[in-house]
Amino acid sequence: MNALLSARDIEIRFGGVVAADGVALDVFEGDNLAIIGPNGAGKTTFLNICTGYLKPQAGRVTFKGRELLGSSPRAITRLGIARAFQIPQLFAEQTVLENMLLASASRAGRLGMFTRLADISQRGDAEAILEQVGCSDVKDRVASELPEGKRKLVDIALALALKPAVLLMDEPTSGVASSEKFAIMDTLIGALRAQKVTSVFVEHDMEMVSRYANRVAVWSAGRIQKEGPPDEVLTDPEVIRTVIGS
Amino acid sequence: MLMRVIFPAIVLLAALNPLVFPQWDAFLTIVFAKALPVIGIILLLQAGQVSFGHAMFFAIGAYTAGFVGRWMGGGGELVLLLLAALAISVLAGLFVGIFVVRYRYIFFAMLNLAFSMVLFSLLEKFIHITGGSDGLRIARPTLFGQEMSRANYEFGIYYVSLALLALAIFGAWRLMDSPVGHAMKAIKSNETRVEYLGISPRRTLLVVYVVSAALAGVGGALVGVFQGIATPDYAYWTRSGEFVFVAILGGAGQVLGALAGSFSFEFIRVTAAAYLGDTWQLTLGLMLLGIILFAPAGIVGSLVNVGNRWRGRRTREKPSPLGQAREAVR
Repeated sequence: MNALLSARDIEIRFGGVVAADGVALDVFEGDNLAIIGPNGAGKTTFLNICTGYLKPQAGRVTFKGRELLGSSPRAITRLGIARAFQIPQLFAEQTVLENMLLASASRAGRLGMFTRLADISQRGDAEAILEQVGCSDVKDRVASELPEGKRKLVDIALALALKPAVLLMDEPTSGVASSEKFAIMDTLIGALRAQKVTSVFVEHDMEMVSRYANRVAVWSAGRIQKEGPPDEVLTDPEVIRTVIGS
Repeated sequence: MLMRVIFPAIVLLAALNPLVFPQWDAFLTIVFAKALPVIGIILLLQAGQVSFGHAMFFAIGAYTAGFVGRWMGGGGELVLLLLAALAISVLAGLFVGIFVVRYRYIFFAMLNLAFSMVLFSLLEKFIHITGGSDGLRIARPTLFGQEMSRANYEFGIYYVSLALLALAIFGAWRLMDSPVGHAMKAIKSNETRVEYLGISPRRTLLVVYVVSAALAGVGGALVGVFQGIATPDYAYWTRSGEFVFVAILGGAGQVLGALAGSFSFEFIRVTAAAYLGDTWQLTLGLMLLGIILFAPAGIVGSLVNVGNRWRGRRTREKPSPLGQAREAVR
Protein backbone atom coordinates (compact mmCIF):
# COMPACT_ATOMS: atom_id res chain seq x y z
CA MET A 1 0.00 0.00 0.00
CA ASN A 2 1.32 3.41 -0.96
CA ALA A 3 1.65 6.06 1.69
CA LEU A 4 -0.37 9.24 1.29
CA LEU A 5 2.09 11.35 3.21
CA SER A 6 5.60 10.10 3.58
CA ALA A 7 8.62 11.52 5.37
CA ARG A 8 12.14 10.13 4.90
CA ASP A 9 15.48 10.86 6.56
CA ILE A 10 14.27 14.11 8.15
CA GLU A 11 16.99 15.97 10.00
CA ILE A 12 16.49 19.26 11.77
CA ARG A 13 18.43 20.99 14.52
CA PHE A 14 17.81 24.18 16.42
CA GLY A 15 21.23 25.21 17.63
CA GLY A 16 22.36 22.26 19.69
CA VAL A 17 18.90 20.71 20.01
CA VAL A 18 18.27 17.82 17.65
CA ALA A 19 14.54 17.66 16.91
CA ALA A 20 14.78 15.10 14.16
CA ASP A 21 17.70 12.90 13.22
CA GLY A 22 16.72 10.56 10.41
CA VAL A 23 12.99 10.39 10.99
CA ALA A 24 10.95 8.23 8.63
CA LEU A 25 7.18 8.14 8.93
CA ASP A 26 4.35 7.08 6.61
CA VAL A 27 0.72 8.13 6.79
CA PHE A 28 -1.71 5.90 4.92
CA GLU A 29 -5.11 6.76 3.61
CA GLY A 30 -7.76 6.48 6.31
CA ASP A 31 -5.24 6.59 9.15
CA ASN A 32 -5.82 8.24 12.48
CA LEU A 33 -2.17 8.36 13.36
CA ALA A 34 -1.18 9.58 16.82
CA ILE A 35 2.28 10.97 17.43
CA ILE A 36 3.32 10.74 21.06
CA GLY A 37 6.56 11.50 22.82
CA PRO A 38 8.21 13.51 25.57
CA ASN A 39 7.81 17.29 25.60
CA GLY A 40 10.16 19.06 23.23
CA ALA A 41 10.87 15.92 21.24
CA GLY A 42 10.00 17.55 17.92
CA LYS A 43 6.41 16.50 17.33
CA THR A 44 5.13 19.98 16.51
CA THR A 45 8.27 20.57 14.46
CA PHE A 46 7.22 17.62 12.33
CA LEU A 47 3.86 19.27 11.64
CA ASN A 48 5.68 22.51 10.81
CA ILE A 49 7.87 20.65 8.33
CA CYS A 50 4.98 18.82 6.66
CA THR A 51 3.14 22.12 6.16
CA GLY A 52 6.10 24.03 4.80
CA TYR A 53 6.53 26.33 7.78
CA LEU A 54 10.00 24.97 8.53
CA LYS A 55 12.54 23.49 6.18
CA PRO A 56 14.61 20.60 7.52
CA GLN A 57 18.35 20.47 6.99
CA ALA A 58 17.93 17.16 5.20
CA GLY A 59 15.27 14.71 4.12
CA ARG A 60 12.21 14.46 1.91
CA VAL A 61 8.48 14.78 2.49
CA THR A 62 6.14 13.62 -0.24
CA PHE A 63 2.38 13.84 -0.55
CA LYS A 64 0.82 11.50 -3.13
CA GLY A 65 4.33 11.08 -4.48
CA ARG A 66 4.89 14.82 -4.86
CA GLU A 67 7.77 16.56 -3.08
CA LEU A 68 6.56 19.08 -0.51
CA LEU A 69 9.78 20.56 0.79
CA GLY A 70 10.35 24.03 -0.57
CA SER A 71 6.62 24.69 -0.97
CA SER A 72 4.92 27.37 1.10
CA PRO A 73 2.24 26.63 3.72
CA ARG A 74 -0.24 28.15 1.27
CA ALA A 75 0.75 25.89 -1.62
CA ILE A 76 0.69 22.82 0.64
CA THR A 77 -2.73 23.79 1.98
CA ARG A 78 -3.95 24.03 -1.60
CA LEU A 79 -2.69 20.49 -2.26
CA GLY A 80 -5.02 19.21 0.47
CA ILE A 81 -3.05 19.20 3.72
CA ALA A 82 -4.78 21.28 6.38
CA ARG A 83 -3.57 22.04 9.84
CA ALA A 84 -5.12 22.81 13.21
CA PHE A 85 -3.05 24.48 15.89
CA GLN A 86 -2.26 23.74 19.51
CA ILE A 87 -2.93 27.37 20.40
CA PRO A 88 -6.03 28.31 18.38
CA GLN A 89 -5.20 30.61 15.48
CA LEU A 90 -8.40 32.48 14.69
CA PHE A 91 -9.26 35.82 13.17
CA ALA A 92 -10.01 37.47 16.47
CA GLU A 93 -12.04 40.44 15.25
CA GLN A 94 -14.42 38.46 13.06
CA THR A 95 -17.32 36.19 13.94
CA VAL A 96 -16.93 32.43 14.01
CA LEU A 97 -19.07 32.13 10.90
CA GLU A 98 -16.98 34.74 9.07
CA ASN A 99 -13.86 32.80 10.03
CA MET A 100 -15.42 29.65 8.57
CA LEU A 101 -16.74 31.33 5.43
CA LEU A 102 -13.31 32.71 4.65
CA ALA A 103 -11.92 29.17 4.75
CA SER A 104 -14.77 27.88 2.59
CA ALA A 105 -14.39 30.73 0.11
CA SER A 106 -10.70 30.00 -0.17
CA ARG A 107 -11.34 26.29 -0.73
CA ALA A 108 -13.89 27.04 -3.44
CA GLY A 109 -11.66 29.64 -5.10
CA ARG A 110 -14.32 32.27 -4.47
CA LEU A 111 -12.16 35.12 -3.20
CA GLY A 112 -13.94 37.86 -5.10
CA MET A 113 -14.56 41.52 -4.38
CA PHE A 114 -18.16 41.80 -5.48
CA THR A 115 -20.22 39.17 -3.69
CA ARG A 116 -20.78 39.39 0.04
CA LEU A 117 -18.88 36.80 2.04
CA ALA A 118 -22.12 35.84 3.79
CA ASP A 119 -23.77 35.08 0.42
CA ILE A 120 -21.28 32.55 -0.94
CA SER A 121 -22.87 29.25 -1.87
CA GLN A 122 -20.57 27.28 0.47
CA ARG A 123 -22.28 28.76 3.51
CA GLY A 124 -24.31 25.58 4.08
CA ASP A 125 -21.13 23.47 4.22
CA ALA A 126 -19.48 25.84 6.66
CA GLU A 127 -22.50 25.80 8.96
CA ALA A 128 -22.71 22.01 8.75
CA ILE A 129 -19.09 21.68 9.88
CA LEU A 130 -19.74 24.03 12.80
CA GLU A 131 -22.69 21.83 13.70
CA GLN A 132 -20.50 18.71 13.55
CA VAL A 133 -17.97 20.10 16.00
CA GLY A 134 -20.72 21.47 18.24
CA CYS A 135 -20.09 25.17 17.66
CA SER A 136 -23.32 26.24 15.97
CA ASP A 137 -24.35 28.09 19.10
CA VAL A 138 -21.41 30.51 18.88
CA LYS A 139 -21.35 31.10 15.15
CA ASP A 140 -22.33 34.78 15.42
CA ARG A 141 -19.95 35.55 18.27
CA VAL A 142 -16.69 37.35 17.67
CA ALA A 143 -13.84 34.84 17.83
CA SER A 144 -11.92 36.68 20.55
CA GLU A 145 -14.89 36.37 22.94
CA LEU A 146 -15.04 32.57 22.86
CA PRO A 147 -13.95 30.36 25.75
CA GLU A 148 -10.75 28.42 25.10
CA GLY A 149 -12.48 25.09 24.46
CA LYS A 150 -14.67 26.56 21.73
CA ARG A 151 -11.75 28.40 20.18
CA LYS A 152 -9.96 25.10 19.89
CA LEU A 153 -12.90 23.48 18.14
CA VAL A 154 -13.38 26.39 15.77
CA ASP A 155 -9.69 26.14 14.94
CA ILE A 156 -10.21 22.52 13.89
CA ALA A 157 -13.43 23.43 12.07
CA LEU A 158 -11.49 26.01 10.04
CA ALA A 159 -9.14 23.29 8.88
CA LEU A 160 -12.06 20.96 8.10
CA ALA A 161 -13.73 23.68 6.03
CA LEU A 162 -10.81 23.36 3.63
CA LYS A 163 -12.01 19.80 2.88
CA PRO A 164 -8.49 18.43 3.18
CA ALA A 165 -7.22 14.97 2.28
CA VAL A 166 -5.01 15.03 5.36
CA LEU A 167 -5.64 16.94 8.58
CA LEU A 168 -2.73 17.56 10.93
CA MET A 169 -3.80 18.38 14.49
CA ASP A 170 -1.65 19.52 17.38
CA GLU A 171 -3.19 18.31 20.63
CA PRO A 172 -6.77 18.67 19.42
CA THR A 173 -8.34 18.54 22.86
CA SER A 174 -5.85 20.38 25.04
CA GLY A 175 -7.66 23.26 26.65
CA VAL A 176 -11.00 21.51 26.31
CA ALA A 177 -12.72 20.60 29.59
CA SER A 178 -11.93 16.96 30.39
CA SER A 179 -15.61 16.14 30.84
CA GLU A 180 -16.19 17.10 27.20
CA LYS A 181 -13.05 15.65 25.67
CA PHE A 182 -14.42 12.28 24.64
CA ALA A 183 -17.70 13.60 23.33
CA ILE A 184 -15.80 16.08 21.19
CA MET A 185 -13.33 13.51 19.91
CA ASP A 186 -16.20 11.13 19.13
CA THR A 187 -17.84 13.73 16.92
CA LEU A 188 -14.53 14.85 15.47
CA ILE A 189 -13.41 11.35 14.51
CA GLY A 190 -16.92 10.72 13.19
CA ALA A 191 -16.66 13.85 11.04
CA LEU A 192 -13.24 12.80 9.77
CA ARG A 193 -14.55 9.36 8.81
CA ALA A 194 -17.63 10.83 7.15
CA GLN A 195 -15.49 13.16 5.06
CA LYS A 196 -12.84 10.47 4.48
CA VAL A 197 -10.13 12.67 5.96
CA THR A 198 -6.88 11.05 6.96
CA SER A 199 -5.61 12.52 10.21
CA VAL A 200 -2.41 12.87 12.16
CA PHE A 201 -2.58 14.15 15.70
CA VAL A 202 0.03 14.99 18.27
CA GLU A 203 -1.29 13.92 21.66
CA HIS A 204 -0.20 13.67 25.29
CA ASP A 205 -3.29 11.99 26.68
CA MET A 206 -2.76 8.22 26.37
CA GLU A 207 -6.41 7.48 26.88
CA MET A 208 -7.20 9.56 23.81
CA VAL A 209 -4.52 7.75 21.86
CA SER A 210 -5.72 4.26 22.76
CA ARG A 211 -9.29 5.22 22.02
CA TYR A 212 -9.00 7.11 18.74
CA ALA A 213 -5.75 6.20 16.98
CA ASN A 214 -5.41 3.21 14.70
CA ARG A 215 -1.65 3.66 14.66
CA VAL A 216 0.79 5.26 17.05
CA ALA A 217 4.28 6.61 16.41
CA VAL A 218 6.55 7.34 19.35
CA TRP A 219 8.85 10.29 18.73
CA SER A 220 11.80 10.32 21.06
CA ALA A 221 15.31 11.76 20.91
CA GLY A 222 14.90 12.80 17.29
CA ARG A 223 13.82 9.36 16.08
CA ILE A 224 10.72 7.25 15.69
CA GLN A 225 11.31 4.92 18.59
CA LYS A 226 8.39 2.63 17.85
CA GLU A 227 5.41 2.52 15.55
CA GLY A 228 2.37 0.27 15.38
CA PRO A 229 -1.18 -0.31 16.65
CA PRO A 230 -1.96 1.36 20.01
CA ASP A 231 -2.39 -1.80 22.11
CA GLU A 232 1.03 -2.99 20.98
CA VAL A 233 2.90 0.30 21.27
CA LEU A 234 1.39 1.55 24.51
CA THR A 235 2.26 -1.69 26.32
CA ASP A 236 5.85 -1.75 25.12
CA PRO A 237 8.10 -1.53 28.21
CA GLU A 238 10.53 0.89 26.64
CA VAL A 239 7.75 3.20 25.47
CA ILE A 240 6.26 3.12 28.94
CA ARG A 241 9.62 4.13 30.35
CA THR A 242 10.35 7.01 27.95
CA VAL A 243 6.90 8.44 27.43
CA ILE A 244 4.14 7.18 29.60
CA GLY A 245 5.84 6.38 32.86
CA SER A 246 7.51 9.74 33.18
CA MET B 1 -28.74 51.68 9.06
CA LEU B 2 -25.62 53.69 8.31
CA MET B 3 -25.36 52.60 4.68
CA ARG B 4 -29.02 51.90 3.96
CA VAL B 5 -30.53 55.09 5.39
CA ILE B 6 -27.96 57.72 6.32
CA PHE B 7 -25.75 57.30 3.25
CA PRO B 8 -28.57 57.70 0.67
CA ALA B 9 -29.93 60.61 2.71
CA ILE B 10 -26.55 62.38 2.60
CA VAL B 11 -26.22 61.78 -1.14
CA LEU B 12 -29.73 63.13 -1.70
CA LEU B 13 -29.07 66.23 0.41
CA ALA B 14 -25.79 66.79 -1.40
CA ALA B 15 -27.55 66.45 -4.75
CA LEU B 16 -30.10 69.10 -3.74
CA ASN B 17 -27.54 71.43 -2.19
CA PRO B 18 -26.64 73.47 -5.33
CA LEU B 19 -30.30 74.53 -5.58
CA VAL B 20 -30.24 75.88 -2.02
CA PHE B 21 -26.69 76.91 -1.14
CA PRO B 22 -24.81 77.20 -4.44
CA GLN B 23 -22.08 79.16 -2.64
CA TRP B 24 -21.00 75.86 -0.98
CA ASP B 25 -20.47 74.05 -4.28
CA ALA B 26 -16.76 74.71 -4.61
CA PHE B 27 -16.08 73.76 -1.00
CA LEU B 28 -18.08 70.53 -1.29
CA THR B 29 -16.50 69.56 -4.61
CA ILE B 30 -13.12 69.55 -2.91
CA VAL B 31 -14.59 67.63 0.04
CA PHE B 32 -15.95 64.93 -2.27
CA ALA B 33 -12.83 64.67 -4.42
CA LYS B 34 -10.49 64.47 -1.42
CA ALA B 35 -12.67 61.84 0.23
CA LEU B 36 -11.80 59.41 -2.59
CA PRO B 37 -8.16 58.79 -1.56
CA VAL B 38 -9.33 58.57 2.05
CA ILE B 39 -11.58 55.66 1.11
CA GLY B 40 -8.47 53.97 -0.27
CA ILE B 41 -6.65 54.57 3.03
CA ILE B 42 -9.59 53.13 4.94
CA LEU B 43 -9.53 50.00 2.77
CA LEU B 44 -5.83 49.45 3.48
CA LEU B 45 -6.44 50.07 7.18
CA GLN B 46 -8.70 47.00 7.19
CA ALA B 47 -5.51 44.96 7.03
CA GLY B 48 -3.86 47.26 9.58
CA GLN B 49 -1.62 48.86 6.95
CA VAL B 50 -1.12 52.62 6.80
CA SER B 51 0.27 54.23 3.66
CA PHE B 52 2.12 57.50 4.09
CA GLY B 53 2.54 57.79 0.34
CA HIS B 54 -0.87 57.77 -1.29
CA ALA B 55 -0.43 61.36 -2.38
CA MET B 56 1.73 59.92 -5.17
CA PHE B 57 -1.37 58.43 -6.80
CA PHE B 58 -3.26 61.65 -6.13
CA ALA B 59 -0.53 63.53 -8.03
CA ILE B 60 -0.37 60.89 -10.75
CA GLY B 61 -4.11 61.35 -11.33
CA ALA B 62 -3.85 65.15 -11.45
CA TYR B 63 -0.80 65.22 -13.74
CA THR B 64 -2.31 62.57 -16.01
CA ALA B 65 -5.41 64.75 -16.40
CA GLY B 66 -3.15 67.73 -17.19
CA PHE B 67 -0.98 65.92 -19.73
CA VAL B 68 -3.84 64.13 -21.47
CA GLY B 69 -5.84 67.36 -21.60
CA ARG B 70 -2.90 69.18 -23.15
CA TRP B 71 -2.31 66.33 -25.61
CA MET B 72 -5.98 66.31 -26.67
CA GLY B 73 -5.85 70.07 -27.17
CA GLY B 74 -7.95 72.73 -25.49
CA GLY B 75 -8.23 70.81 -22.23
CA GLY B 76 -9.76 67.61 -23.51
CA GLU B 77 -12.90 65.92 -22.31
CA LEU B 78 -13.45 65.42 -18.56
CA VAL B 79 -14.70 61.83 -18.90
CA LEU B 80 -11.63 60.85 -20.89
CA LEU B 81 -9.33 62.65 -18.47
CA LEU B 82 -10.83 60.76 -15.56
CA LEU B 83 -10.59 57.44 -17.41
CA ALA B 84 -6.95 58.16 -18.25
CA ALA B 85 -6.23 59.08 -14.62
CA LEU B 86 -7.91 55.85 -13.53
CA ALA B 87 -5.90 53.74 -15.97
CA ILE B 88 -2.53 55.31 -15.16
CA SER B 89 -3.07 55.21 -11.40
CA VAL B 90 -4.06 51.52 -11.65
CA LEU B 91 -0.82 50.82 -13.51
CA ALA B 92 1.18 52.88 -11.02
CA GLY B 93 -0.60 51.14 -8.12
CA LEU B 94 0.29 47.77 -9.59
CA PHE B 95 3.93 48.75 -10.05
CA VAL B 96 4.41 50.25 -6.57
CA GLY B 97 2.12 47.65 -5.00
CA ILE B 98 4.27 44.73 -6.13
CA PHE B 99 7.06 46.14 -3.95
CA VAL B 100 5.17 47.48 -0.94
CA VAL B 101 2.83 44.51 -0.28
CA ARG B 102 5.87 42.49 0.73
CA TYR B 103 6.18 44.67 3.83
CA ARG B 104 4.00 45.40 6.85
CA TYR B 105 3.37 48.21 9.32
CA ILE B 106 6.15 50.81 9.62
CA PHE B 107 8.02 49.29 6.67
CA PHE B 108 4.93 49.41 4.50
CA ALA B 109 4.25 53.00 5.55
CA MET B 110 7.81 54.17 4.97
CA LEU B 111 8.28 52.42 1.62
CA ASN B 112 5.13 54.13 0.38
CA LEU B 113 6.51 57.41 1.67
CA ALA B 114 9.79 56.79 -0.15
CA PHE B 115 8.07 56.09 -3.48
CA SER B 116 5.92 59.20 -3.13
CA MET B 117 8.91 61.43 -2.35
CA VAL B 118 10.74 60.08 -5.38
CA LEU B 119 7.76 61.13 -7.48
CA PHE B 120 7.69 64.52 -5.73
CA SER B 121 11.35 65.09 -6.64
CA LEU B 122 10.81 64.02 -10.24
CA LEU B 123 7.88 66.42 -10.57
CA GLU B 124 9.98 69.24 -9.14
CA LYS B 125 13.17 68.59 -11.11
CA PHE B 126 11.86 67.82 -14.60
CA ILE B 127 10.88 71.43 -15.07
CA HIS B 128 10.70 71.34 -18.86
CA ILE B 129 8.08 68.56 -18.72
CA THR B 130 6.20 69.12 -15.48
CA GLY B 131 6.60 72.86 -15.00
CA GLY B 132 8.58 72.26 -11.80
CA SER B 133 7.28 73.81 -8.62
CA ASP B 134 5.10 76.22 -10.63
CA GLY B 135 3.05 73.18 -11.54
CA LEU B 136 1.20 72.08 -14.64
CA ARG B 137 -1.71 74.22 -15.81
CA ILE B 138 -4.85 72.20 -16.55
CA ALA B 139 -7.10 73.94 -19.05
CA ARG B 140 -10.84 73.61 -18.57
CA PRO B 141 -11.99 70.42 -20.33
CA THR B 142 -15.32 69.89 -22.03
CA LEU B 143 -17.95 68.00 -20.05
CA PHE B 144 -19.75 65.23 -21.98
CA GLY B 145 -18.63 67.01 -25.15
CA GLN B 146 -20.04 70.38 -24.10
CA GLU B 147 -17.97 73.57 -23.92
CA MET B 148 -18.99 75.25 -20.70
CA SER B 149 -18.87 78.56 -18.94
CA ARG B 150 -16.94 78.56 -15.71
CA ALA B 151 -20.12 78.49 -13.61
CA ASN B 152 -21.69 75.61 -15.52
CA TYR B 153 -18.40 73.73 -15.50
CA GLU B 154 -18.14 73.95 -11.72
CA PHE B 155 -21.77 72.95 -11.42
CA GLY B 156 -21.05 69.91 -13.63
CA ILE B 157 -17.91 68.90 -11.73
CA TYR B 158 -19.84 69.11 -8.49
CA TYR B 159 -22.21 66.40 -9.68
CA VAL B 160 -19.47 64.32 -11.28
CA SER B 161 -17.55 64.35 -7.98
CA LEU B 162 -20.65 63.53 -5.98
CA ALA B 163 -21.59 60.67 -8.29
CA LEU B 164 -18.06 59.20 -8.22
CA LEU B 165 -17.88 59.53 -4.45
CA ALA B 166 -21.26 57.84 -3.97
CA LEU B 167 -20.17 55.05 -6.30
CA ALA B 168 -16.84 54.68 -4.49
CA ILE B 169 -18.42 54.61 -1.03
CA PHE B 170 -20.94 52.01 -2.12
CA GLY B 171 -18.28 49.93 -3.87
CA ALA B 172 -15.86 50.10 -0.94
CA TRP B 173 -18.64 49.17 1.45
CA ARG B 174 -19.37 46.07 -0.64
CA LEU B 175 -15.67 45.32 -0.92
CA MET B 176 -15.27 45.42 2.86
CA ASP B 177 -17.97 42.77 3.22
CA SER B 178 -16.67 40.58 0.37
CA PRO B 179 -14.30 37.63 0.78
CA VAL B 180 -11.39 39.93 -0.14
CA GLY B 181 -12.49 42.49 2.46
CA HIS B 182 -12.73 39.82 5.13
CA ALA B 183 -9.36 38.43 4.09
CA MET B 184 -7.95 41.93 4.71
CA LYS B 185 -9.30 41.91 8.26
CA ALA B 186 -7.94 38.40 8.69
CA ILE B 187 -4.47 39.56 7.58
CA LYS B 188 -4.60 42.14 10.34
CA SER B 189 -5.43 39.64 13.07
CA ASN B 190 -3.51 36.53 11.96
CA GLU B 191 -1.55 36.53 8.73
CA THR B 192 -0.04 33.08 9.34
CA ARG B 193 -3.47 31.50 9.51
CA VAL B 194 -4.45 33.29 6.32
CA GLU B 195 -1.60 31.43 4.60
CA TYR B 196 -2.78 28.20 6.21
CA LEU B 197 -6.21 28.74 4.65
CA GLY B 198 -4.56 28.78 1.24
CA ILE B 199 -5.08 32.54 0.79
CA SER B 200 -2.22 34.74 -0.41
CA PRO B 201 -1.96 37.80 1.87
CA ARG B 202 0.25 39.56 -0.67
CA ARG B 203 -2.14 39.06 -3.55
CA THR B 204 -5.07 40.16 -1.39
CA LEU B 205 -3.21 43.30 -0.33
CA LEU B 206 -2.12 43.98 -3.90
CA VAL B 207 -5.69 43.88 -5.20
CA VAL B 208 -6.86 46.30 -2.54
CA TYR B 209 -3.76 48.45 -2.96
CA VAL B 210 -4.54 48.87 -6.66
CA VAL B 211 -8.13 49.80 -5.81
CA SER B 212 -6.87 52.37 -3.30
CA ALA B 213 -4.43 53.79 -5.86
CA ALA B 214 -7.24 54.09 -8.41
CA LEU B 215 -9.40 55.98 -5.90
CA ALA B 216 -6.55 58.34 -5.08
CA GLY B 217 -5.82 58.86 -8.78
CA VAL B 218 -9.40 59.77 -9.64
CA GLY B 219 -9.58 62.06 -6.60
CA GLY B 220 -6.39 63.82 -7.69
CA ALA B 221 -7.67 64.24 -11.26
CA LEU B 222 -10.90 65.81 -9.97
CA VAL B 223 -9.05 68.26 -7.73
CA GLY B 224 -6.66 69.04 -10.58
CA VAL B 225 -9.30 69.81 -13.19
CA PHE B 226 -11.34 71.74 -10.64
CA GLN B 227 -8.46 73.93 -9.48
CA GLY B 228 -6.95 74.14 -12.98
CA ILE B 229 -3.49 73.19 -11.82
CA ALA B 230 -1.37 70.26 -10.63
CA THR B 231 1.69 71.01 -8.52
CA PRO B 232 4.40 68.77 -7.01
CA ASP B 233 2.82 69.51 -3.62
CA TYR B 234 0.11 67.06 -4.64
CA ALA B 235 2.67 64.28 -4.11
CA TYR B 236 4.29 65.74 -0.97
CA TRP B 237 4.25 63.67 2.20
CA THR B 238 2.12 66.17 4.14
CA ARG B 239 -0.65 65.49 1.61
CA SER B 240 -0.31 61.74 2.24
CA GLY B 241 -0.40 62.44 5.96
CA GLU B 242 -3.52 64.50 5.46
CA PHE B 243 -5.34 61.49 3.93
CA VAL B 244 -4.41 59.33 6.92
CA PHE B 245 -5.39 62.16 9.29
CA VAL B 246 -8.78 62.48 7.59
CA ALA B 247 -9.37 58.71 7.75
CA ILE B 248 -8.70 58.70 11.50
CA LEU B 249 -10.76 61.84 12.02
CA GLY B 250 -13.75 60.41 10.18
CA GLY B 251 -13.41 56.87 11.51
CA ALA B 252 -11.51 54.14 9.71
CA GLY B 253 -13.96 51.38 10.59
CA GLN B 254 -16.66 52.70 8.27
CA VAL B 255 -16.36 53.78 4.65
CA LEU B 256 -18.61 56.74 5.41
CA GLY B 257 -15.86 57.95 7.72
CA ALA B 258 -14.04 59.16 4.59
CA LEU B 259 -16.81 61.62 3.79
CA ALA B 260 -17.36 62.72 7.40
CA GLY B 261 -13.64 63.18 7.87
CA SER B 262 -13.11 64.99 4.59
CA PHE B 263 -15.99 67.37 5.33
CA SER B 264 -14.81 68.09 8.87
CA PHE B 265 -11.20 68.53 7.80
CA GLU B 266 -11.97 71.01 5.04
CA PHE B 267 -14.49 72.80 7.22
CA ILE B 268 -12.01 73.25 10.07
CA ARG B 269 -9.31 74.29 7.68
CA VAL B 270 -11.44 76.88 5.90
CA THR B 271 -12.99 78.39 9.05
CA ALA B 272 -9.75 78.27 11.04
CA ALA B 273 -7.89 79.91 8.17
CA ALA B 274 -10.57 82.62 7.98
CA TYR B 275 -10.85 83.38 11.71
CA LEU B 276 -7.58 82.23 13.25
CA GLY B 277 -5.18 83.16 10.48
CA ASP B 278 -1.94 81.23 10.44
CA THR B 279 -2.86 78.93 13.30
CA TRP B 280 -5.13 76.65 11.28
CA GLN B 281 -2.56 73.85 11.41
CA LEU B 282 -2.47 74.14 15.19
CA THR B 283 -6.26 73.89 15.24
CA LEU B 284 -6.13 70.72 13.13
CA GLY B 285 -3.44 69.27 15.36
CA LEU B 286 -5.53 69.88 18.46
CA MET B 287 -8.49 68.27 16.72
CA LEU B 288 -6.44 65.16 15.95
CA LEU B 289 -5.25 64.96 19.56
CA GLY B 290 -8.82 65.30 20.75
CA ILE B 291 -10.03 62.55 18.44
CA ILE B 292 -7.27 60.13 19.44
CA LEU B 293 -7.77 60.78 23.16
CA PHE B 294 -11.54 61.01 23.40
CA ALA B 295 -13.04 59.42 20.29
CA PRO B 296 -10.55 56.88 18.96
CA ALA B 297 -13.17 55.36 16.64
CA GLY B 298 -13.44 58.68 14.77
CA ILE B 299 -16.54 60.74 14.04
CA VAL B 300 -18.61 58.04 12.36
CA GLY B 301 -17.34 55.31 14.68
CA SER B 302 -18.32 57.36 17.72
CA LEU B 303 -21.77 58.02 16.29
CA VAL B 304 -22.20 54.29 15.65
CA ASN B 305 -21.16 53.62 19.26
CA VAL B 306 -23.71 56.12 20.55
CA GLY B 307 -26.37 54.51 18.33
CA ASN B 308 -25.47 51.03 19.56
CA ARG B 309 -25.58 52.07 23.20
CA TRP B 310 -28.90 53.75 22.63
CA ARG B 311 -30.29 50.51 21.17
CA GLY B 312 -28.73 48.49 23.98
CA ARG B 313 -26.13 46.72 21.86
CA ARG B 314 -22.76 45.86 23.31
CA THR B 315 -20.71 45.96 20.13
CA ARG B 316 -18.19 48.77 19.87
CA GLU B 317 -16.36 50.23 16.91
CA LYS B 318 -12.68 49.48 16.70
CA PRO B 319 -10.40 52.38 17.51
CA SER B 320 -8.15 53.67 14.76
CA PRO B 321 -4.52 52.47 14.68
CA LEU B 322 -3.44 55.56 16.61
CA GLY B 323 -6.21 54.96 19.13
CA GLN B 324 -4.99 51.38 19.47
CA ALA B 325 -1.46 52.64 19.99
CA ARG B 326 -2.75 54.79 22.80
CA GLU B 327 -4.57 51.85 24.39
CA ALA B 328 -1.40 49.81 24.17
CA VAL B 329 0.52 52.53 26.00
CA ARG B 330 -2.05 52.87 28.74
